[in-house]
Amino acid sequence: MVDLSIERHEMPVQPPEQRRCNFEEVALGYTLEQAQAEAQRCLNCKNKPCVAGCPVNVDIPDFIAKLRDNDLQGAFDSISRQSSLPAVCGRVCPQENQCEKNCVRGIKSQPVAIGRLERFVADWHNAQPQQPVARPAASGHRVAVIGAGPAGLTCAGDLARSGHAVTVFESLHLAGGVLSYGIPEFRLPKKIVEKEISGLKALGVEIRTNEVIGKIHSVDELFRDGYEAVFVSTGAGLPNFMNIPGEMLLGVYSANEYLTRINLMKAYLPQSDTPTVPAHRVAVVGGGNVAMDAARCALRMGADEVSIVYRRSMAEMPARKEEIEHAEEEGVVFRTLINPVEILGNENGQVRALRCIRMVLGEPDASGRRRPVPVEGSEFEMEVDAVIMAIGTSPNPLIKNTTPDLETNRRGCFVVDEEMHTSKEAVWAGGDAVTGAATVISAMGAGKKAAAAICEYLAQK
Amino acid sequence: MNLILEKRELNQTTTLLRLQAPEIAAKALPGQFVIVRTGEMGERIPLTIEDYDRAAGTIQIVFQKVGASTMLLGQLNEGDFVTDVAGPLGVATKLDGYRKVAVVGGGVGCAIAYPQAKYLHENGTPVDLIAGFRSKDIIILEEEMRAASDRLFLATDDGSNGCKGFVTDLLRQQIEAGADYDRVIAIGPVPMMRAVSNLTREYNIPTTVSLNPIMIDGTGMCGGCRVTVGGKVKFACVDGPDFDGHEVDFDELMKRNGSYRAQEAEKKEHVCRLLGVK
Repeated sequence: MVDLSIERHEMPVQPPEQRRCNFEEVALGYTLEQAQAEAQRCLNCKNKPCVAGCPVNVDIPDFIAKLRDNDLQGAFDSISRQSSLPAVCGRVCPQENQCEKNCVRGIKSQPVAIGRLERFVADWHNAQPQQPVARPAASGHRVAVIGAGPAGLTCAGDLARSGHAVTVFESLHLAGGVLSYGIPEFRLPKKIVEKEISGLKALGVEIRTNEVIGKIHSVDELFRDGYEAVFVSTGAGLPNFMNIPGEMLLGVYSANEYLTRINLMKAYLPQSDTPTVPAHRVAVVGGGNVAMDAARCALRMGADEVSIVYRRSMAEMPARKEEIEHAEEEGVVFRTLINPVEILGNENGQVRALRCIRMVLGEPDASGRRRPVPVEGSEFEMEVDAVIMAIGTSPNPLIKNTTPDLETNRRGCFVVDEEMHTSKEAVWAGGDAVTGAATVISAMGAGKKAAAAICEYLAQK
Repeated sequence: MNLILEKRELNQTTTLLRLQAPEIAAKALPGQFVIVRTGEMGERIPLTIEDYDRAAGTIQIVFQKVGASTMLLGQLNEGDFVTDVAGPLGVATKLDGYRKVAVVGGGVGCAIAYPQAKYLHENGTPVDLIAGFRSKDIIILEEEMRAASDRLFLATDDGSNGCKGFVTDLLRQQIEAGADYDRVIAIGPVPMMRAVSNLTREYNIPTTVSLNPIMIDGTGMCGGCRVTVGGKVKFACVDGPDFDGHEVDFDELMKRNGSYRAQEAEKKEHVCRLLGVK
């Protein structure tokens, strides 16, 4: 019987006043009873609009039906056929813009909580004793993947499942890309990322950390070393700044630096050797998920007041609704329709205030959102001692600079065709390195697509 | 994980490690650096590659035990492994096409200036090496520096080696005596690089400095190492670490390098309960 209740089942969370003081996961996940009750809300539509909304085309009604029928292993296997990182996607995908947006239940009531169900199934699987993974027969082909983020790991997993020998080169000391250095522990526990990565290693994927391609080896050298195909998934790691006066003051960080210190280098743990400077009043500039992550980290690092400074209004804010709500509940102050024009310092060169100008929304711009226009003479100062710039990132030029025959566009992104193939023979690319900063799941979709194309290419060799 | 093949204490606070790192050694060039991490909770710190041996597959790093991380690294011995070494990073120093070069090193910076001098010397470019130390007791790499230069000038702040003065005094003497350098490469503490750059500006001698800002990843990702050069913001890890000494905002660099001084002092005072060391 389909449960026709209008509202989806709520997922338990840590109460805001408690969680704003710790780095433990905010959302606690469904119980089996809650998950199966929510699964009853799925209509199991014939034309499956939700599947079309998923960048990796998980057969959503199928896994939900299996979950409802108490076949949890079957549900997990169903997701796994399409997604290599289900425990990650169930947590960080913007489902409200993808699968859940297309859910028929969403027309008259709330859509089925697909993300929460995916998370439940993946967590259930991770809690079971691990079965030894059967490695597929070796194809004899070798593929190099550059960058161990969502795109690279997905591509590596699919290639390994096809029997290819895959080496992933990672520049940092830890695999995971943005899953490790960017997304905080309270949103994506690192033990989940580690589990997914150890699953790939069990499949035979070799991950070589501390290897910065473009420096230690060039792409051409990888071919010389016997790799027959290369997938470039180096992300968009270069932080943007606003180019306003005062950005070199002490206490101004890129969100990348701030989050890397905290997530990758574990600055929130007393035993970590990587410092952060304690700040009392923090301004985070930007309105995306990264801005929310930085703001919520700043609270947890002990700041008294954390503000999001965003030049448009709440309606245009690109962050996920859930992240905005969580940040609000935890006490982050949203100061919208203002834009920084200068950062002011004290005599020691430390941040003292942020000078902002008020904005109004004008005509829609190229992105379809109304363009913010400054209000003349409306400048004012906000007293802060730290400013975190979360206004986007650009692709890293290390590979481009050492591989002249790899075509890039004006923004430094690799140019690819529909199969993710670049301008260079046997080189594919995907993820943020192609699109500019986007989502984990779209990077995974690109990794999947490229893996399929690489498999086809190798089969014809 | 990189094996420590040799450890040498160059003076009381300065240590040299020779590491097994064949892939880095194969690519390393003077002026490049590695990011080093010691222990699972260790910081990522940038250290210049002091020397490399492509045939033996080794690189050398030299560091002064001044903070928690360098002290931890200094506790490792031959046969131990360094947790992480990533590199070679940064753009190599431009060393070809010069007529005569003065390489100026200050303190532990001499270890960083050494590979430049060695490269120039091996490739037939006349090179004078001017090295400054606080006192005679802490002079490092004297033999190596002598072998890597046409002339080695050693100065000590206190005159304990018989030549009292600063590297800028020696450099000025040589320039005034007609040394006719067409490039000066200065590597050392920020005030020293600033002083050398101010001096060479008077004589209009192009000057390269190697900057040492705070870094995390070393690949352009964090932006912590940004420096102002000629009014433009540069990332030392990918745009440098070498820059035109006449264009660098040294005051700003000094301030930024002090960002975590209070936190570092705290760490230094902290006595490790496991090891019983500071």
